[in-house]
Amino acid sequence: MSGFGETLLDATDETVRVRFVVNGRKVACEVAPRDTLVDCLRDKLELTGTHAGCEMGACGACLVQIDGRAAHACLIFAVQADGARIETIEGLTESGVLADLQAEFHRRNALQCGFCTQGMLVNAQELLSQVAQPSREEIRDALSGNYCRCTGYEAIVDAIDAVAKERMKARSAGGGGT
Amino acid sequence: MKARAFSYFRAATIDEALDAHARAGDDARFLAGGQSLVPALSLRLQAPRLLIDITHIDELRGVRREGGHLRIGALTRHCEMLSEPLIAEFAPLLHAAAPFVAHPAIRNRGTFGGSVALADPASEFPAMTLALDAEIEIVGASGRRRVKADDFFIDLFETALQPGELITAIHVPLFKADQRFAFDELARRRGDYALVGCGIMATCTASRIDDIRISFFSVGNTPTRAKEAERSLIGSRLDAERIAAAQGGLEGDLAPPDSDEVPPAMRLHLARVLLGRLLGRLGEGA
Repeated sequence: MSGFGETLLDATDETVRVRFVVNGRKVACEVAPRDTLVDCLRDKLELTGTHAGCEMGACGACLVQIDGRAAHACLIFAVQADGARIETIEGLTESGVLADLQAEFHRRNALQCGFCTQGMLVNAQELLSQVAQPSREEIRDALSGNYCRCTGYEAIVDAIDAVAKERMKARSAGGGGT
Repeated sequence: MKARAFSYFRAATIDEALDAHARAGDDARFLAGGQSLVPALSLRLQAPRLLIDITHIDELRGVRREGGHLRIGALTRHCEMLSEPLIAEFAPLLHAAAPFVAHPAIRNRGTFGGSVALADPASEFPAMTLALDAEIEIVGASGRRRVKADDFFIDLFETALQPGELITAIHVPLFKADQRFAFDELARRRGDYALVGCGIMATCTASRIDDIRISFFSVGNTPTRAKEAERSLIGSRLDAERIAAAQGGLEGDLAPPDSDEVPPAMRLHLARVLLGRLLGRLGEGA
């Protein structure tokens, strides 16, 4: 990918090798330039927890963390992510950072068909990393980019609200450190 | 919903990026945050032969003071408008507008320069460059130049950028103690494109307005300054009568396009409502 060869323009369908760290593991795979990251994750790396929904950045089903921040895996080509650190729902689950959110979603039945759930969790994690005590209105604002086609938003807002409060409580019990 | 096949080139320097564009015979697009370009490619509204990734070009990064301006690198992400202290202090209008730009995950990747280059008439930041009297710094094969925001937006998605040219930075005059700003938009749902939005920068002596720039978005083919409304306010105090006069001026300033969903008269009405609210807020602060 370095250097602009004369042949590059004729090589539109040729695959290129990309390397990134996915869920803490170094990964290399062959992708065509037009393959999006969500397709690469699902088809090449068999990480099917990340869902492809609208594929235009509106529904939030494909949210992953790229270099620590939530991003749509359908709005980035895999070649662009070369060198990046990516966390998918599988990695976030393994590391336990979402365990309280997942337990609360489960307890409150904050999912119906489940298609949007991992995007909701990635988004909720992003929100709580930015705003420690969001109001219900702020939670709803933050979720405006995540579509739940079962329209079960109320329980999702409840779950995020409850986890925010629990995390605050845990932080203050821990002596006010972050 | 898949992009047509293209070649991808990651440029390390501005020269490399410009050179790649020239060699592709203009059948190329620069790729920054990609939050608008990638959906456009997926929908095949655009199908260039080459994508030139400019996100690794260091010169396009960073926010710093330069004389009386803040130089905001083109690759500055929307989320940085909220987190960067220099923006909060010296370009508070951008800080105020940022939470209204799409959704958090989009703000994590979308770039200021990309938004201005695309010039979506419904976007917040292009309109704010008008309110701020910003200058767009551009580089191309024939060298570097700066274009005032007033001269940059020409028509629907059409700007002063020539094929193969790249925005390197946006220069914003530093916010001063005698200035006030206001921003808001009316949308059906937070994060959606606004039905109408507005940003205002005013310079005041006591409570008299010495200068004011009012910029609307989502009301026409380009971000639009409300010059008649501005004229009716300069040299005056912000009282109810003046605000009503400014609202009346919008009839001549704005020509919302016809649409089944939001008829022009309704959009003009919403613009008046929004302007009234914002001027009211400015007046309270004066």
